[in-house]
Amino acid sequence: MDDHQEEHGHSHGHDEDAPHSHLPSEPSLRVKALESLLVEKGLVDPAALDTLIDTYETKIGPKNGAKVVARSWIDPEYRRWLLKDATAAIASLGFTGRQGEHMVAVENTPDVHNMVVCTLCSCYPWPTLGIPPVWYKSEAYRSRAVIDPRGVLAEFGVKLSEEVAVKVWDSTAEIRYLVIPQRPAGTDGLTEEMLADLVTRNSMIGTERDLSAGL
Amino acid sequence: MNNIHDMGGMHGFGSIPIEEDEPVFHSDWEAKAMALTVAMGAWGKWNIDASRFQRESLGPLEYLQFTYYERWLAGLADLMVAQGLVTVEEIEQAKATPGSEKQTPPLKAADVLPAMMRGGPSARPLDAAPRFAAGDRVRTSRESPEGHTRLPRYARGRVGTIELLHGGHVFPDSNAKFEGEAPQHLYTVRFTAQELWGPSASPRDSVTLDLWESYLVDA
Repeated sequence: MDDHQEEHGHSHGHDEDAPHSHLPSEPSLRVKALESLLVEKGLVDPAALDTLIDTYETKIGPKNGAKVVARSWIDPEYRRWLLKDATAAIASLGFTGRQGEHMVAVENTPDVHNMVVCTLCSCYPWPTLGIPPVWYKSEAYRSRAVIDPRGVLAEFGVKLSEEVAVKVWDSTAEIRYLVIPQRPAGTDGLTEEMLADLVTRNSMIGTERDLSAGL
Repeated sequence: MNNIHDMGGMHGFGSIPIEEDEPVFHSDWEAKAMALTVAMGAWGKWNIDASRFQRESLGPLEYLQFTYYERWLAGLADLMVAQGLVTVEEIEQAKATPGSEKQTPPLKAADVLPAMMRGGPSARPLDAAPRFAAGDRVRTSRESPEGHTRLPRYARGRVGTIELLHGGHVFPDSNAKFEGEAPQHLYTVRFTAQELWGPSASPRDSVTLDLWESYLVDA
C-alpha cells in the first residue's frame, strides 16, 4: 500500500479511533505486534499457534473431501447416506468439527451443476476442504457467483450447455456444502484410493465439472 | 447492515483471481493471523456471529483495501479491546501494561486438533414446530437492519421455495450483539435466477440461501 492510499483510507475509509488503527501499517509487523503482546500477556500459547498452522497446512485439507467423494462413487449405500445426512456420513470417515458442523452434500448429474459460494464472508467446509483459496474469498467470486455463475464457470474453463441447470448455494448460515462431482468414465478398475486422487478441490466447490480419469 | 461485505450481485470486481498450485497460506503472517484469531476465540469472549459483525463493520473503503487476513486482524484487535482482553495502549506499544497479571491460555497445543474436530455446532433444540414445510412458497423480508444479518440485499423481498429444513439454529442477528442465541428454525430456500435478476437470467438456474424463520413470510 502506498502512502497516498494509506492517507486516503484513513481520511474516508473508517473510524480513525478503532483499536486496529493503532497497529503498524505493514501487515507482517501488525501480526508481530499482536503476537508478542498476546504471548506476553499469556493470552495465547505459541506452541498452539504452530499446531494450528500445521493442522491446516498438512492435516486438514481437500484430500479429506476427496475421500468422501471416492467412497460415494464406489458405495451406493454410502452415497444415499451422504445425500441424506452428510454430517454423519462424513463424520464416519473421521472428518468433523470447526466450519463443518452441519454438512449438506449436493450431487452433480448430467442435468445439474452445483456451485458453492459465501457472498457475505468466506464460509467454507474446513474439515473436508481445509482453508479456502484466495479466489473463493475474492470480491470477484463473492459478487459474481450468484448473478453470473456461467461467466464465472467459463473463467475456470467450464463450458456448460444451456440445458444444464446451475444451482448456486450461498452459504449464509452454518450449513456447509460439499459438491459431489460425477465419476469420470473409464475408471471402473480403479481402487478407492486411486479414485480419490482424481478428485480436485475445485470440483468439490463446483468451479470444475468434468474430472479427468487420469493417465 | 447494508455495507460492502454484502456484495452478492455487484458488478465491477473483474475476473476471478485464479492461482495455480496455490499454497494454503501465502506468507507466515497470514498463517499467524489465522492462528491468532482461532486461538483467541478459545477465550469464549465472543462468538462467530460477533466476529463476522466486527469484520463487516469496517468502513467500505478500508474493507476493500484490506486483504482477507488483514480484515481478520482488524476484527480481532477491535474485539479484544471491546471485550477487555487488551487495551488500545497495549496494542499501540505491543507490550503488556507493566504490572498486569499474566494469564493462562485456554488453548494448549495438545488441545488444538481435538478442539478443531469438535467445532461449535449451531443447531439448538426448539419446542416450536417449523412454520414452513418443504415446497412452501415464502417471501423474504425487506427490512434493512443496521446490525448483523444474514439475509443479503440481493435476496430481500423475493419469493422462493422452501427446499430443506434444518431445525433450530442460533440466530446470528441476536447472537452477534451478545443478546442471546434466540434459536429459530433454519431453512434452505431456493430462488429462481429470474426472480433474483430478472427475465434475462437463465430460466434453468437458481440460487439457494440458508434463511431463518423470521426472515420469511408466506408468499
